[in-house]
Amino acid sequence: MPDWSIDIIITLIKIVVVELVLLTGVAYTVYAERRVSAFIQHRYGPNRVGYQGLLQPLADVFKLIMKEDIVPERANKFVHSLAPAISLFVALSTFAVIPFGDKILIAGKEIKLQIADVNIGVLYILALLSLGVYGITLSGWSSNSKYSLLGGLRSSAQMISYELSMGLAVLGLILINSSFRLDTIVMNQYGWKWNIILQPIGFITFLVASFAETNRTPFDLPEAEQELVGGYHTEYSSTKFALFFMAEYAAVIVSSAIITTLYLGGWQFPYLQTFGLPDMAVSIIQVLTFCGKTAFMVFFFIWVRWTIPRFRYDQLMNIGWKVMLPAALTNLILTAIVITIIKLNS
Amino acid sequence: MLSDFGQVLIFMIISIGFVAIAVISGKIVGPRFASKGKDSTYECGEDTVGDTWVRFNFRYYVVALIFIIFDVEIVFLFPWAVVFKEMGLLAFIEMTIFLFILIVGFIYAYAKGDLYWDKPQPIVPKLDRQIFKSEI
Repeated sequence: MPDWSIDIIITLIKIVVVELVLLTGVAYTVYAERRVSAFIQHRYGPNRVGYQGLLQPLADVFKLIMKEDIVPERANKFVHSLAPAISLFVALSTFAVIPFGDKILIAGKEIKLQIADVNIGVLYILALLSLGVYGITLSGWSSNSKYSLLGGLRSSAQMISYELSMGLAVLGLILINSSFRLDTIVMNQYGWKWNIILQPIGFITFLVASFAETNRTPFDLPEAEQELVGGYHTEYSSTKFALFFMAEYAAVIVSSAIITTLYLGGWQFPYLQTFGLPDMAVSIIQVLTFCGKTAFMVFFFIWVRWTIPRFRYDQLMNIGWKVMLPAALTNLILTAIVITIIKLNS
Repeated sequence: MLSDFGQVLIFMIISIGFVAIAVISGKIVGPRFASKGKDSTYECGEDTVGDTWVRFNFRYYVVALIFIIFDVEIVFLFPWAVVFKEMGLLAFIEMTIFLFILIVGFIYAYAKGDLYWDKPQPIVPKLDRQIFKSEI
């Protein structure tokens, strides 16, 4: 077999494995959310289907597929179907540039544990995250329902407000690393040199903006149940509703992975090289480290959702524009000053 | 050999495949019993009142405008951030001037009240008597 076809086969295998792991992760994040919320509220949660309810996600998927797909008569039918697909597509595609491990040696071939090591990884992530707003806004517009329209409007205003702070927070990282490449950013975080320590303000800004971008509590205004019924997905049912649901949780997982990569050291396990383990074990530990950190961040998302009440809309906008944006700008200027001082002294 | 963005493209195509399978399977498997009440627009069981395209708060529009201004400025900051370590003091001074203008614009928008969002002022009904007071 020629060399390039082996490369393509390896890429395809990597992609399919990552997509399947991601989709399974989505299903089990839903399960984890239901169990963790039950734990926090002193309930049982789903524990009947399979051992401890572990087959519950499968049952949910079958239930949602068997349901009737209702499109309201005055809705724009094409856009109504397109919107959930955009949401899930964007959430899944963001994962293409995230490194989930260092290189691994299999049968004398060095395989990079990352789908694509693009040189503008950070920009790619920011671009796709901003595309996410289309899914929600289009669904709100096309459903021809007042609740959906208001939900879509709120969500677009919220997402663009917090996107600014997100971009500015990431700028601090790029100042330190001088690269958009996610691989380089992870490589520079060896030992305990995690960016959360170098960039505490940036980390908090990015974290809060991630919550707002994924429309999670305390920023879940687009689907505030008490005011807007279901918000932007009021008129959705069956698999289209399932797509929105999956998109939300895929976004949570991807945001966790991004936070892990940018601020929590990615797949770096502190001082792993000094233990003298075989190469294979090192690679596996690194992948597991990445998964563990991501899982912790997913848990954090769930934990916050069941602990903190929702913001009022004026509070949300005030925090976005009057607290987050100045904080992110301050972080950027401080980082620039510190780097200049270090450079002048050396 | 695939380029990096070729791999991203394959990833996107496979994502689209997964999404398409989900949408189509729902269309094939799910039942379809159309009825007038079911297909009507949801409004808590009432008939819908008026047009759906209601007039909404113009502040959404103002927020979008301010967003565009700041987003474009951030786009200018990205290339600066990459080469910052090589450029040294000159880049720092230049960008300080740029950020100063940006912050002046931000303070202007703030002072003009463009970032002000109305606080809800709920009308609390005044009652003659306490409903829950025991009448015994």
